Amino acid sequence: MTPFNRNFGQGRRTKAVRPDMNWKELTKAGNIYEPGNANTYETGDWRTIRPVWNKDRCIHCLICWRYCPDASIISTGGKFDSFDYKHCKGCGICANVCPVHAIDMFSEDEIDKQKEAERNEE
Amino acid sequence: MKSKVAITGNEAVAQAMKQINPDVVAAYPITPQTEVVQIFSSFVSNGQVDTEFVTVESEHSAMSATIGASAAGARAMTATSSQGLALMFEMVYIASSLRLPIVFPVVNRALSGPINIHCDHSDAMGIKDAGVIQLFCENAQEAYDNMIQAVRIAEHPDVLLPVSVNFDGFITSHALDVLEVLDDETVKNFVGTYQPEEYLLDAENPVSMGNFDMYDFYFEHKRQQVAAMEAAKKVIEEVGREYEAISGRKYGLIDAYKLDDAEMAVVVLNSAAGSAKGVVDELREKGLKVGVLKPRVFRPFPFEAIQDALKGVKAVAVLDRAETFSTMGGPMFADVRTALYDLKNDIKVVNYVYGLGGRDLRLEDVEKVYDDLANIIKTGRADKFVNYLGLRE
Repeated sequence: MTPFNRNFGQGRRTKAVRPDMNWKELTKAGNIYEPGNANTYETGDWRTIRPVWNKDRCIHCLICWRYCPDASIISTGGKFDSFDYKHCKGCGICANVCPVHAIDMFSEDEIDKQKEAERNEE
Repeated sequence: MKSKVAITGNEAVAQAMKQINPDVVAAYPITPQTEVVQIFSSFVSNGQVDTEFVTVESEHSAMSATIGASAAGARAMTATSSQGLALMFEMVYIASSLRLPIVFPVVNRALSGPINIHCDHSDAMGIKDAGVIQLFCENAQEAYDNMIQAVRIAEHPDVLLPVSVNFDGFITSHALDVLEVLDDETVKNFVGTYQPEEYLLDAENPVSMGNFDMYDFYFEHKRQQVAAMEAAKKVIEEVGREYEAISGRKYGLIDAYKLDDAEMAVVVLNSAAGSAKGVVDELREKGLKVGVLKPRVFRPFPFEAIQDALKGVKAVAVLDRAETFSTMGGPMFADVRTALYDLKNDIKVVNYVYGLGGRDLRLEDVEKVYDDLANIIKTGRADKFVNYLGLRE
Protein backbone atom coordinates (compact mmCIF):
# COMPACT_ATOMS: atom_id res chain seq x y z
CA MET A 1 0.00 0.00 0.00
CA THR A 2 1.21 3.48 -0.87
CA PRO A 3 1.85 5.53 2.24
CA PHE A 4 -0.88 8.06 2.99
CA ASN A 5 1.50 10.98 2.94
CA ARG A 6 3.21 10.19 -0.35
CA ASN A 7 2.07 13.49 -1.87
CA PHE A 8 3.14 15.65 1.00
CA GLY A 9 5.97 17.99 0.19
CA GLN A 10 8.77 18.93 2.53
CA GLY A 11 7.35 22.41 2.98
CA ARG A 12 8.95 25.75 2.28
CA ARG A 13 8.33 26.96 5.81
CA THR A 14 10.55 25.02 8.16
CA LYS A 15 10.97 27.58 10.86
CA ALA A 16 12.11 26.10 14.13
CA VAL A 17 10.44 27.29 17.31
CA ARG A 18 12.51 27.82 20.42
CA PRO A 19 11.43 29.03 23.85
CA ASP A 20 13.94 31.89 23.77
CA MET A 21 12.28 33.51 20.72
CA ASN A 22 10.34 36.73 21.21
CA TRP A 23 6.81 37.30 19.92
CA LYS A 24 8.02 38.80 16.66
CA GLU A 25 10.23 35.81 15.88
CA LEU A 26 7.70 33.09 16.66
CA THR A 27 5.45 31.62 14.00
CA LYS A 28 2.01 33.16 13.57
CA ALA A 29 -0.59 31.76 15.97
CA GLY A 30 1.81 29.01 17.02
CA ASN A 31 1.55 27.26 13.68
CA ILE A 32 3.96 24.35 13.25
CA TYR A 33 5.49 23.46 9.90
CA GLU A 34 7.55 20.38 10.72
CA PRO A 35 6.16 16.94 11.47
CA GLY A 36 7.37 14.97 14.49
CA ASN A 37 8.57 18.09 16.24
CA ALA A 38 7.46 16.90 19.70
CA ASN A 39 11.03 15.61 19.96
CA THR A 40 12.37 19.16 20.02
CA TYR A 41 10.02 20.20 22.80
CA GLU A 42 11.95 19.39 25.94
CA THR A 43 9.49 18.35 28.60
CA GLY A 44 12.18 17.25 31.03
CA ASP A 45 11.83 20.48 33.00
CA TRP A 46 8.35 19.41 34.11
CA ARG A 47 10.03 16.74 36.29
CA THR A 48 10.05 17.03 40.08
CA ILE A 49 11.45 13.57 40.80
CA ARG A 50 14.28 11.97 38.84
CA PRO A 51 14.87 8.29 38.09
CA VAL A 52 18.43 7.17 38.80
CA TRP A 53 19.80 3.90 37.48
CA ASN A 54 21.48 1.42 39.82
CA LYS A 55 23.92 -0.33 37.52
CA ASP A 56 24.76 -3.15 39.94
CA ARG A 57 21.18 -4.30 40.40
CA CYS A 58 19.99 -3.98 36.78
CA ILE A 59 19.35 -7.28 34.97
CA HIS A 60 18.63 -5.57 31.64
CA CYS A 61 15.16 -7.06 31.31
CA LEU A 62 14.02 -3.75 29.71
CA ILE A 63 10.59 -3.85 31.34
CA CYS A 64 11.15 -0.13 32.08
CA TRP A 65 11.82 0.52 28.39
CA ARG A 66 8.51 -1.12 27.51
CA TYR A 67 6.50 0.79 30.12
CA CYS A 68 7.97 4.26 29.77
CA PRO A 69 5.14 6.48 28.35
CA ASP A 70 7.60 9.08 27.05
CA ALA A 71 10.10 6.75 25.35
CA SER A 72 12.74 8.15 27.69
CA ILE A 73 14.58 4.90 28.41
CA ILE A 74 17.40 4.53 25.93
CA SER A 75 18.64 1.05 25.23
CA THR A 76 21.60 -0.06 23.14
CA GLY A 77 22.22 -3.60 22.00
CA GLY A 78 19.28 -4.91 24.00
CA LYS A 79 20.65 -3.47 27.24
CA PHE A 80 19.68 -0.54 29.44
CA ASP A 81 21.81 2.42 28.46
CA SER A 82 20.52 5.67 30.00
CA PHE A 83 17.57 7.95 30.67
CA ASP A 84 16.60 10.73 28.25
CA TYR A 85 16.38 13.43 30.90
CA LYS A 86 15.42 16.04 28.29
CA HIS A 87 12.06 14.32 27.90
CA CYS A 88 11.57 12.20 31.07
CA LYS A 89 8.75 13.81 33.06
CA GLY A 90 9.59 11.83 36.22
CA CYS A 91 6.40 9.83 36.44
CA GLY A 92 8.20 6.98 38.21
CA ILE A 93 6.55 4.14 36.29
CA CYS A 94 9.98 2.68 35.44
CA ALA A 95 10.90 2.51 39.12
CA ASN A 96 7.55 0.98 39.93
CA VAL A 97 7.73 -1.81 37.35
CA CYS A 98 11.39 -2.70 37.86
CA PRO A 99 11.43 -6.25 39.30
CA VAL A 100 14.83 -5.79 40.96
CA HIS A 101 14.47 -2.19 42.26
CA ALA A 102 17.29 -0.97 40.08
CA ILE A 103 15.72 2.48 39.60
CA ASP A 104 15.46 4.94 42.48
CA MET A 105 13.49 8.17 42.37
CA PHE A 106 15.19 11.25 43.85
CA SER A 107 13.68 14.67 44.43
CA GLU A 108 14.99 17.21 41.92
CA ASP A 109 15.01 19.77 44.74
CA GLU A 110 17.25 17.54 46.82
CA ILE A 111 19.55 16.97 43.86
CA ASP A 112 19.72 20.74 43.27
CA LYS A 113 20.47 21.38 46.92
CA GLN A 114 23.17 18.73 46.92
CA LYS A 115 24.76 20.20 43.79
CA GLU A 116 24.75 23.63 45.36
CA ALA A 117 26.32 22.27 48.54
CA GLU A 118 29.04 20.63 46.45
CA ARG A 119 29.66 23.89 44.62
CA ASN A 120 29.93 25.75 47.92
CA GLU A 121 32.49 23.26 49.22
CA GLU A 122 34.71 23.79 46.18
CA MET B 1 -21.64 51.39 -12.51
CA LYS B 2 -23.61 52.20 -9.39
CA SER B 3 -27.32 51.84 -8.91
CA LYS B 4 -29.72 53.12 -6.29
CA VAL B 5 -31.97 50.52 -4.71
CA ALA B 6 -34.52 50.42 -1.91
CA ILE B 7 -33.77 47.35 0.20
CA THR B 8 -33.51 46.41 3.88
CA GLY B 9 -30.26 46.17 5.78
CA ASN B 10 -30.43 42.38 5.73
CA GLU B 11 -31.01 42.38 1.98
CA ALA B 12 -28.10 44.78 1.52
CA VAL B 13 -25.77 42.50 3.49
CA ALA B 14 -26.96 39.39 1.62
CA GLN B 15 -26.38 41.32 -1.61
CA ALA B 16 -22.83 42.17 -0.51
CA MET B 17 -22.23 38.50 0.33
CA LYS B 18 -23.48 37.51 -3.11
CA GLN B 19 -21.06 39.89 -4.77
CA ILE B 20 -18.18 38.75 -2.55
CA ASN B 21 -19.07 35.16 -3.50
CA PRO B 22 -17.36 33.41 -0.55
CA ASP B 23 -16.24 29.79 -0.83
CA VAL B 24 -18.09 28.63 2.28
CA VAL B 25 -20.94 30.00 4.39
CA ALA B 26 -22.02 28.07 7.48
CA ALA B 27 -24.86 29.60 9.42
CA TYR B 28 -27.80 28.96 11.66
CA PRO B 29 -30.90 31.18 11.62
CA ILE B 30 -31.73 33.58 14.45
CA THR B 31 -33.92 36.67 14.57
CA PRO B 32 -33.11 39.32 13.30
CA GLN B 33 -30.25 37.79 11.26
CA THR B 34 -32.39 35.03 9.65
CA GLU B 35 -33.06 36.93 6.42
CA VAL B 36 -29.37 37.38 5.69
CA VAL B 37 -28.72 33.66 5.39
CA GLN B 38 -32.17 32.87 4.05
CA ILE B 39 -31.71 35.30 1.15
CA PHE B 40 -28.12 34.16 0.68
CA SER B 41 -29.18 30.50 0.58
CA SER B 42 -31.53 31.35 -2.28
CA PHE B 43 -28.53 32.77 -4.17
CA VAL B 44 -26.83 29.44 -3.54
CA SER B 45 -29.77 27.35 -4.75
CA ASN B 46 -30.22 29.58 -7.80
CA GLY B 47 -26.59 29.09 -8.73
CA GLN B 48 -25.84 32.82 -8.45
CA VAL B 49 -22.83 32.12 -6.21
CA ASP B 50 -20.26 29.31 -6.04
CA THR B 51 -20.58 29.04 -2.29
CA GLU B 52 -20.74 25.78 -0.38
CA PHE B 53 -23.57 26.46 2.05
CA VAL B 54 -23.41 24.41 5.24
CA THR B 55 -26.59 24.10 7.27
CA VAL B 56 -25.44 23.42 10.79
CA GLU B 57 -27.26 22.53 13.99
CA SER B 58 -26.21 25.51 16.11
CA GLU B 59 -24.15 28.69 16.10
CA HIS B 60 -21.33 26.91 17.94
CA SER B 61 -21.21 24.58 14.95
CA ALA B 62 -21.66 27.48 12.52
CA MET B 63 -18.49 29.18 13.73
CA SER B 64 -16.71 25.83 14.06
CA ALA B 65 -17.49 24.92 10.45
CA THR B 66 -16.46 28.41 9.33
CA ILE B 67 -13.18 28.06 11.22
CA GLY B 68 -12.57 24.66 9.61
CA ALA B 69 -13.27 26.03 6.16
CA SER B 70 -11.12 29.11 6.71
CA ALA B 71 -8.21 27.08 8.10
CA ALA B 72 -8.50 24.78 5.10
CA GLY B 73 -7.95 27.79 2.85
CA ALA B 74 -11.46 28.93 1.95
CA ARG B 75 -12.91 32.43 2.13
CA ALA B 76 -15.50 31.64 4.77
CA MET B 77 -18.34 33.53 6.42
CA THR B 78 -21.10 33.08 8.94
CA ALA B 79 -23.72 35.45 10.39
CA THR B 80 -25.54 35.69 13.68
CA SER B 81 -27.30 37.73 16.39
CA SER B 82 -27.69 37.80 20.15
CA GLN B 83 -27.99 34.29 21.65
CA GLY B 84 -26.37 32.90 18.52
CA LEU B 85 -23.27 34.98 19.11
CA ALA B 86 -23.37 34.00 22.77
CA LEU B 87 -23.41 30.33 21.79
CA MET B 88 -20.59 31.04 19.33
CA PHE B 89 -18.52 32.82 21.98
CA GLU B 90 -16.06 29.98 22.60
CA MET B 91 -15.33 29.56 18.90
CA VAL B 92 -14.96 33.30 18.26
CA TYR B 93 -11.81 33.22 20.42
CA ILE B 94 -10.55 30.23 18.42
CA ALA B 95 -11.13 32.08 15.14
CA SER B 96 -9.19 35.15 16.28
CA SER B 97 -6.34 33.26 17.92
CA LEU B 98 -5.93 31.05 14.84
CA ARG B 99 -5.75 34.34 12.92
CA LEU B 100 -8.46 33.36 10.46
CA PRO B 101 -9.88 36.14 8.28
CA ILE B 102 -13.54 35.23 8.79
CA VAL B 103 -16.10 37.94 8.04
CA PHE B 104 -19.39 37.69 9.91
CA PRO B 105 -22.30 40.10 10.14
CA VAL B 106 -23.73 40.51 13.63
CA VAL B 107 -27.27 41.88 13.54
CA ASN B 108 -27.36 43.45 16.98
CA ARG B 109 -30.02 42.19 19.33
CA ALA B 110 -30.38 42.18 23.11
CA LEU B 111 -29.17 39.18 25.05
CA SER B 112 -31.63 37.18 27.14
CA GLY B 113 -32.94 37.37 29.73
CA PRO B 114 -35.61 38.37 29.97
CA ILE B 115 -36.04 37.10 26.46
CA ASN B 116 -36.20 39.86 23.87
CA ILE B 117 -35.59 39.99 20.14
CA HIS B 118 -35.00 43.71 19.64
CA CYS B 119 -31.95 45.87 19.23
CA ASP B 120 -29.22 46.60 21.66
CA HIS B 121 -25.48 46.01 21.60
CA SER B 122 -25.11 43.56 24.45
CA ASP B 123 -24.35 40.75 21.98
CA ALA B 124 -21.50 42.64 20.29
CA MET B 125 -20.09 43.88 23.60
CA GLY B 126 -19.81 40.28 24.74
CA ILE B 127 -17.04 39.68 22.20
CA LYS B 128 -15.31 43.05 22.49
CA ASP B 129 -12.34 41.38 24.18
CA ALA B 130 -12.22 38.34 21.90
CA GLY B 131 -9.68 39.73 19.45
CA VAL B 132 -12.21 40.35 16.69
CA ILE B 133 -12.32 43.54 14.63
CA GLN B 134 -15.72 45.16 15.12
CA LEU B 135 -17.15 47.52 12.51
CA PHE B 136 -20.40 49.37 13.25
CA CYS B 137 -22.89 50.64 10.69
CA GLU B 138 -25.30 53.56 10.87
CA ASN B 139 -27.58 52.33 8.08
CA ALA B 140 -28.01 49.77 5.32
CA GLN B 141 -25.57 51.62 3.07
CA GLU B 142 -22.83 51.34 5.64
CA ALA B 143 -23.69 47.70 6.33
CA TYR B 144 -23.27 46.95 2.63
CA ASP B 145 -20.07 48.98 2.31
CA ASN B 146 -18.53 47.59 5.49
CA MET B 147 -19.19 43.98 4.46
CA ILE B 148 -17.18 44.48 1.27
CA GLN B 149 -14.35 46.31 3.02
CA ALA B 150 -14.32 43.76 5.86
CA VAL B 151 -13.06 41.08 3.48
CA ARG B 152 -10.03 43.15 2.52
CA ILE B 153 -9.33 44.17 6.11
CA ALA B 154 -9.57 40.63 7.45
CA GLU B 155 -7.38 39.12 4.74
CA HIS B 156 -4.63 41.75 4.83
CA PRO B 157 -1.33 39.98 5.65
CA ASP B 158 -0.63 42.44 8.51
CA VAL B 159 -4.03 41.74 10.05
CA LEU B 160 -5.43 38.22 9.51
CA LEU B 161 -8.21 38.55 12.05
CA PRO B 162 -11.95 37.91 11.99
CA VAL B 163 -14.10 40.97 11.27
CA SER B 164 -17.65 41.32 12.57
CA VAL B 165 -19.92 43.80 10.83
CA ASN B 166 -22.50 45.11 13.30
CA PHE B 167 -25.79 46.75 12.39
CA ASP B 168 -28.90 47.34 14.44
CA GLY B 169 -31.49 44.58 14.60
CA PHE B 170 -34.84 45.60 13.03
CA ILE B 171 -33.91 49.31 12.94
CA THR B 172 -31.36 48.71 10.18
CA SER B 173 -31.90 45.03 9.39
CA HIS B 174 -35.61 45.18 8.59
CA ALA B 175 -36.27 48.79 7.63
CA LEU B 176 -36.35 49.70 3.96
CA ASP B 177 -33.51 52.02 3.11
CA VAL B 178 -32.32 53.67 -0.07
CA LEU B 179 -28.74 52.87 -0.88
CA GLU B 180 -26.26 52.69 -3.68
CA VAL B 181 -24.90 49.29 -4.64
CA LEU B 182 -21.85 48.65 -6.76
CA ASP B 183 -21.93 46.37 -9.77
CA ASP B 184 -20.76 42.78 -9.39
CA GLU B 185 -17.57 43.25 -11.38
CA THR B 186 -16.39 46.21 -9.28
CA VAL B 187 -16.91 44.29 -6.04
CA LYS B 188 -15.26 41.19 -7.48
CA ASN B 189 -12.19 43.20 -8.44
CA PHE B 190 -12.14 45.03 -5.11
CA VAL B 191 -12.20 41.91 -2.94
CA GLY B 192 -9.97 39.96 -5.32
CA THR B 193 -9.21 36.26 -5.10
CA TYR B 194 -8.37 34.95 -1.66
CA GLN B 195 -4.84 33.61 -1.60
CA PRO B 196 -3.98 32.48 1.92
CA GLU B 197 -0.31 32.35 2.83
CA GLU B 198 -0.76 29.09 4.71
CA TYR B 199 -3.69 26.68 4.82
CA LEU B 200 -4.37 23.10 5.83
CA LEU B 201 -5.13 21.76 2.34
CA ASP B 202 -1.77 22.93 1.02
CA ALA B 203 -0.30 19.43 0.70
CA GLU B 204 3.04 20.74 -0.56
CA ASN B 205 3.52 22.87 2.53
CA PRO B 206 2.15 21.01 5.54
CA VAL B 207 1.11 23.09 8.52
CA SER B 208 -0.33 22.21 11.89
CA MET B 209 -2.75 24.76 13.36
CA GLY B 210 -4.38 25.08 16.75
CA ASN B 211 -1.50 23.50 18.62
CA PHE B 212 -1.26 23.14 22.38
CA ASP B 213 0.35 26.29 23.68
CA MET B 214 1.92 26.38 27.12
CA TYR B 215 2.99 29.22 29.41
CA ASP B 216 6.23 29.48 27.47
CA PHE B 217 4.50 30.53 24.20
CA TYR B 218 0.83 31.49 24.81
CA PHE B 219 1.70 34.99 26.05
CA GLU B 220 3.77 35.73 22.93
CA HIS B 221 0.94 34.60 20.66
CA LYS B 222 -1.49 36.92 22.47
CA ARG B 223 1.00 39.76 21.89
CA GLN B 224 0.98 38.91 18.18
CA GLN B 225 -2.79 39.36 18.19
CA VAL B 226 -2.42 42.81 19.76
CA ALA B 227 0.08 43.73 17.04
CA ALA B 228 -2.40 42.58 14.38
CA MET B 229 -5.11 44.74 15.97
CA GLU B 230 -2.74 47.71 16.02
CA ALA B 231 -1.87 47.14 12.35
CA ALA B 232 -5.57 46.87 11.53
CA LYS B 233 -6.09 50.58 12.25
CA LYS B 234 -3.83 51.58 9.36
CA VAL B 235 -5.23 48.87 7.09
CA ILE B 236 -8.82 49.92 7.79
CA GLU B 237 -7.96 53.47 6.75
CA GLU B 238 -6.12 52.31 3.61
CA VAL B 239 -8.96 50.02 2.55
CA GLY B 240 -11.38 52.89 3.28
CA ARG B 241 -9.49 55.17 0.91
CA GLU B 242 -9.47 52.51 -1.81
CA TYR B 243 -13.17 51.94 -1.30
CA GLU B 244 -13.84 55.66 -1.57
CA ALA B 245 -12.23 55.59 -5.00
CA ILE B 246 -14.76 53.05 -6.28
CA SER B 247 -17.82 54.19 -4.32
CA GLY B 248 -17.38 57.89 -3.60
CA ARG B 249 -18.14 57.23 0.07
CA LYS B 250 -15.60 58.05 2.78
CA TYR B 251 -14.70 55.52 5.47
CA GLY B 252 -12.24 56.00 8.31
CA LEU B 253 -11.91 54.81 11.88
CA ILE B 254 -14.47 57.31 13.13
CA ASP B 255 -17.13 59.55 11.67
CA ALA B 256 -16.75 63.05 13.11
CA TYR B 257 -19.91 65.05 12.48
CA LYS B 258 -19.71 68.82 12.97
CA LEU B 259 -17.04 68.43 15.63
CA ASP B 260 -14.53 70.99 14.34
CA ASP B 261 -15.75 73.88 16.49
CA ALA B 262 -18.01 71.85 18.80
CA GLU B 263 -18.17 72.42 22.55
CA MET B 264 -20.46 69.48 23.21
CA ALA B 265 -20.25 66.04 21.66
CA VAL B 266 -22.24 62.85 21.73
CA VAL B 267 -20.39 59.59 21.08
CA VAL B 268 -22.69 56.86 19.82
CA LEU B 269 -22.57 53.69 17.70
CA ASN B 270 -24.75 52.48 14.85
CA SER B 271 -28.21 53.76 13.88
CA ALA B 272 -28.62 56.08 16.88
CA ALA B 273 -25.83 58.21 15.38
CA GLY B 274 -28.29 59.13 12.62
CA SER B 275 -30.81 60.41 15.17
CA ALA B 276 -28.08 62.31 16.99
CA LYS B 277 -26.93 63.95 13.75
CA GLY B 278 -30.52 65.08 13.11
CA VAL B 279 -30.68 66.70 16.54
CA VAL B 280 -27.28 68.33 15.96
CA ASP B 281 -28.56 69.91 12.75
CA GLU B 282 -31.53 71.40 14.62
CA LEU B 283 -29.44 72.65 17.52
CA ARG B 284 -26.83 74.12 15.17
CA GLU B 285 -29.61 76.25 13.65
CA LYS B 286 -30.20 77.62 17.14
CA GLY B 287 -26.50 78.47 17.31
CA LEU B 288 -25.36 75.72 19.64
CA LYS B 289 -21.91 74.28 19.04
CA VAL B 290 -22.71 70.60 19.03
CA GLY B 291 -21.41 67.53 17.21
CA VAL B 292 -21.52 63.76 17.01
CA LEU B 293 -18.70 61.23 17.03
CA LYS B 294 -19.63 57.86 15.65
CA PRO B 295 -16.89 55.23 16.00
CA ARG B 296 -17.05 53.09 12.88
CA VAL B 297 -14.47 50.80 14.43
CA PHE B 298 -14.93 49.76 18.05
CA ARG B 299 -12.25 47.06 18.11
CA PRO B 300 -9.46 47.97 17.70
CA PHE B 301 -10.46 51.02 19.71
CA PRO B 302 -9.44 54.12 17.70
CA PHE B 303 -8.39 56.12 20.74
CA GLU B 304 -5.92 58.36 18.87
CA ALA B 305 -8.62 59.43 16.40
CA ILE B 306 -11.10 59.96 19.24
CA GLN B 307 -8.61 62.04 21.23
CA ASP B 308 -7.94 64.13 18.18
CA ALA B 309 -11.61 64.65 17.34
CA LEU B 310 -12.65 65.50 20.90
CA LYS B 311 -9.63 67.47 22.12
CA GLY B 312 -11.41 70.80 21.70
CA VAL B 313 -14.76 69.99 23.30
CA LYS B 314 -15.77 70.88 26.84
CA ALA B 315 -18.24 68.12 27.58
CA VAL B 316 -18.87 64.69 26.08
CA ALA B 317 -21.77 62.29 26.50
CA VAL B 318 -21.11 58.66 25.61
CA LEU B 319 -24.28 56.78 24.70
CA ASP B 320 -24.09 53.06 25.36
CA ARG B 321 -26.67 50.58 24.11
CA ALA B 322 -25.39 47.96 26.57
CA GLU B 323 -24.85 47.63 30.29
CA THR B 324 -21.74 46.26 31.97
CA PHE B 325 -23.28 46.03 35.48
CA SER B 326 -19.98 47.34 36.78
CA THR B 327 -22.03 50.29 38.17
CA MET B 328 -19.61 52.48 36.20
CA GLY B 329 -21.72 52.72 33.06
CA GLY B 330 -21.54 51.12 29.63
CA PRO B 331 -18.58 49.54 27.83
CA MET B 332 -17.85 52.36 25.39
CA PHE B 333 -17.97 54.95 28.16
CA ALA B 334 -15.03 53.34 29.93
CA ASP B 335 -12.98 53.31 26.73
CA VAL B 336 -13.79 56.87 25.65
CA ARG B 337 -13.21 58.27 29.12
CA THR B 338 -9.87 56.46 29.32
CA ALA B 339 -8.87 57.82 25.90
CA LEU B 340 -9.64 61.39 26.99
CA TYR B 341 -7.95 61.11 30.39
CA ASP B 342 -4.45 61.68 29.06
CA LEU B 343 -5.43 64.87 27.25
CA LYS B 344 -5.59 66.60 30.67
CA ASN B 345 -8.06 69.04 29.11
CA ASP B 346 -10.58 68.59 31.93
CA ILE B 347 -13.22 67.43 29.48
CA LYS B 348 -16.28 66.33 31.40
CA VAL B 349 -17.31 62.89 30.20
CA VAL B 350 -20.67 61.44 31.19
CA ASN B 351 -22.49 58.27 30.23
CA TYR B 352 -26.04 57.53 29.10
CA VAL B 353 -27.24 53.98 28.81
CA TYR B 354 -30.10 53.94 26.30
CA GLY B 355 -32.23 51.74 24.09
CA LEU B 356 -31.84 48.42 25.90
CA GLY B 357 -34.03 45.66 24.48
CA GLY B 358 -35.07 47.84 21.57
CA ARG B 359 -36.33 50.86 23.55
CA ASP B 360 -36.57 53.75 21.09
CA LEU B 361 -34.08 56.57 21.32
CA ARG B 362 -36.29 59.61 20.69
CA LEU B 363 -34.96 62.89 19.34
CA GLU B 364 -36.12 64.53 22.60
CA ASP B 365 -33.84 62.11 24.47
CA VAL B 366 -30.82 63.27 22.47
CA GLU B 367 -31.86 66.90 22.98
CA LYS B 368 -31.96 66.27 26.72
CA VAL B 369 -28.41 64.94 26.57
CA TYR B 370 -27.17 68.16 24.93
CA ASP B 371 -29.17 70.15 27.50
CA ASP B 372 -27.42 68.28 30.28
CA LEU B 373 -24.03 68.86 28.66
CA ALA B 374 -24.74 72.59 28.39
CA ASN B 375 -25.59 72.58 32.08
CA ILE B 376 -22.40 70.71 32.95
CA ILE B 377 -20.36 73.31 31.05
CA LYS B 378 -22.23 76.15 32.77
CA THR B 379 -21.81 74.80 36.30
CA GLY B 380 -18.48 73.08 35.71
CA ARG B 381 -19.85 70.07 37.55
CA ALA B 382 -20.96 66.60 36.42
CA ASP B 383 -22.38 65.09 39.56
CA LYS B 384 -23.93 62.01 38.05
CA PHE B 385 -21.79 60.33 35.46
CA VAL B 386 -24.01 57.33 34.71
CA ASN B 387 -27.51 58.14 33.49
CA TYR B 388 -30.34 56.17 31.93
CA LEU B 389 -31.97 57.66 28.87
CA GLY B 390 -35.61 56.88 28.11
CA LEU B 391 -36.03 54.84 31.29
CA ARG B 392 -39.12 55.23 33.51
CA GLU B 393 -37.58 56.43 36.77
